[in-house]
Amino acid sequence: MFAAGADPGANFGELLRRVGLSPFESVVIDNDLVIPHATTCVAMRCKDGVVMAGDRRATSGHLISHRSMEKVVQADEFSGVAIAGAAGPAMEMIKLFQLQLEHYEKVEGQTLSLEGKANQLSMFVRNNLPAAMQGLVVVPIFAGFDFFSQTGRLWDYDVTGGRYEEKDFVATGSGMLHAGTVMRVAWRRDLAVDDAVKLCARALWEASDADSATGGPDALRNIYPVIASITRSGWSPVADEVLAKIYKDIAKEVGAR
Amino acid sequence: MSMPFYVPPEQFMKDRADFARKGIARGRALVALQYENGIALVSENPSTTLHKISEIYDRIAFAGVGKYNEFDQLRVAGVRAADIKGYQFSRQDVDARSLANQYAQILSQVFSEAPKPMEVELLVAETGLDKNSDRLFHVMYDGTVLDEHNFSVLGGDTQAVTERLTNAYVDNSSLKVALQSAITALSGDDKKPAHTDLEVAVLERNGKRRCFRRINDIDLLSIIA
Repeated sequence: MFAAGADPGANFGELLRRVGLSPFESVVIDNDLVIPHATTCVAMRCKDGVVMAGDRRATSGHLISHRSMEKVVQADEFSGVAIAGAAGPAMEMIKLFQLQLEHYEKVEGQTLSLEGKANQLSMFVRNNLPAAMQGLVVVPIFAGFDFFSQTGRLWDYDVTGGRYEEKDFVATGSGMLHAGTVMRVAWRRDLAVDDAVKLCARALWEASDADSATGGPDALRNIYPVIASITRSGWSPVADEVLAKIYKDIAKEVGAR
Repeated sequence: MSMPFYVPPEQFMKDRADFARKGIARGRALVALQYENGIALVSENPSTTLHKISEIYDRIAFAGVGKYNEFDQLRVAGVRAADIKGYQFSRQDVDARSLANQYAQILSQVFSEAPKPMEVELLVAETGLDKNSDRLFHVMYDGTVLDEHNFSVLGGDTQAVTERLTNAYVDNSSLKVALQSAITALSGDDKKPAHTDLEVAVLERNGKRRCFRRINDIDLLSIIA
């Protein structure tokens, strides 16, 4: 137990610092080090909430280091994070973020507001700045269903922890330009969840077609992007069989050009 | 210079134990019992925000009776210990036994060294993958740990409540029957707590990661009806 003035409250990161387990201590990295990177995640608002998607490829330089990495993960019941950047620190950040949300919920007896969660993630990204200066950049997207305003909301971040709420859609990672363009052309305010899922799948398809660091659908190994929707009924990932069909349709359409 | 009076250790311990027991007996009872699908925790608590029962970790719940601020402090310490252990090692490594031991250590230290003992009694409940691996650790104000089976009774008027629950308890029952027997145990001869005065939660084997679920007044009514 902590003394009254030194109590970390519901802040899990601060608690880790107090007990000497903080992952954000100074990092020294040799700049020639080749570490896995993760790429291209998108998120968009739709009629009933938000849809998030991310490809599965991690690269080290020009090599593919993982084919089945999950960059879009559930943060808690009503929110999710998608991460592009250095895979190691990104995964650690996601893990810590999930723990922080759960820790807060248990200590305080109620969940953080969606805005509170977005702000918390911003602090995590800012804490990573010294590492980012040495090449370990982590740039997340945060999205969720906000019960206060009864809509889906999404945020993207820069390396300094800058937090920007987006009204329509957002893309991050090396394929962000291609994916962003696809969404820019086809996005509508009143898209149904199913249509938003298809549009996200399409955006990742185009990104993987033009960007070597973004993985496309891999029918051979049965690896498809992670796509999930978040609505008032919570986080719901799209099943692989559904994605397989969506990508078959896209391939057919592209082949008929 | 004045000399402090000599107090024999037996008397010292007895005074403290009496003090703690008196504080705990003032509060109302809490029961936890196993049912076919996990563990149900029921207590009389008119407040809907100041909980006696709460979640510690994926499969672990905490219940405290006695002085609210004292057991709440211990609850937060438990959440911290569990979250740190799960972060440092794995979520599977967080278990009720080690948590109960930590509580026992804190309570026994406070009991013999602090100006006053804590007026609390705790329960650390854990639901396993099957009924045989469910755990109920009952930690007393002086750090005594009891490993209990089937059910556990904490707080005031323990003897009478235990007697009633022993009669009402049905092994491997449905949640409905378990809650009914818990309410029977908490009801005296002359009074039965209203459903709005009950705080109910379960640790259920539901296939999800987090097994803890609160049952609100409305759900409670429809379950026990």
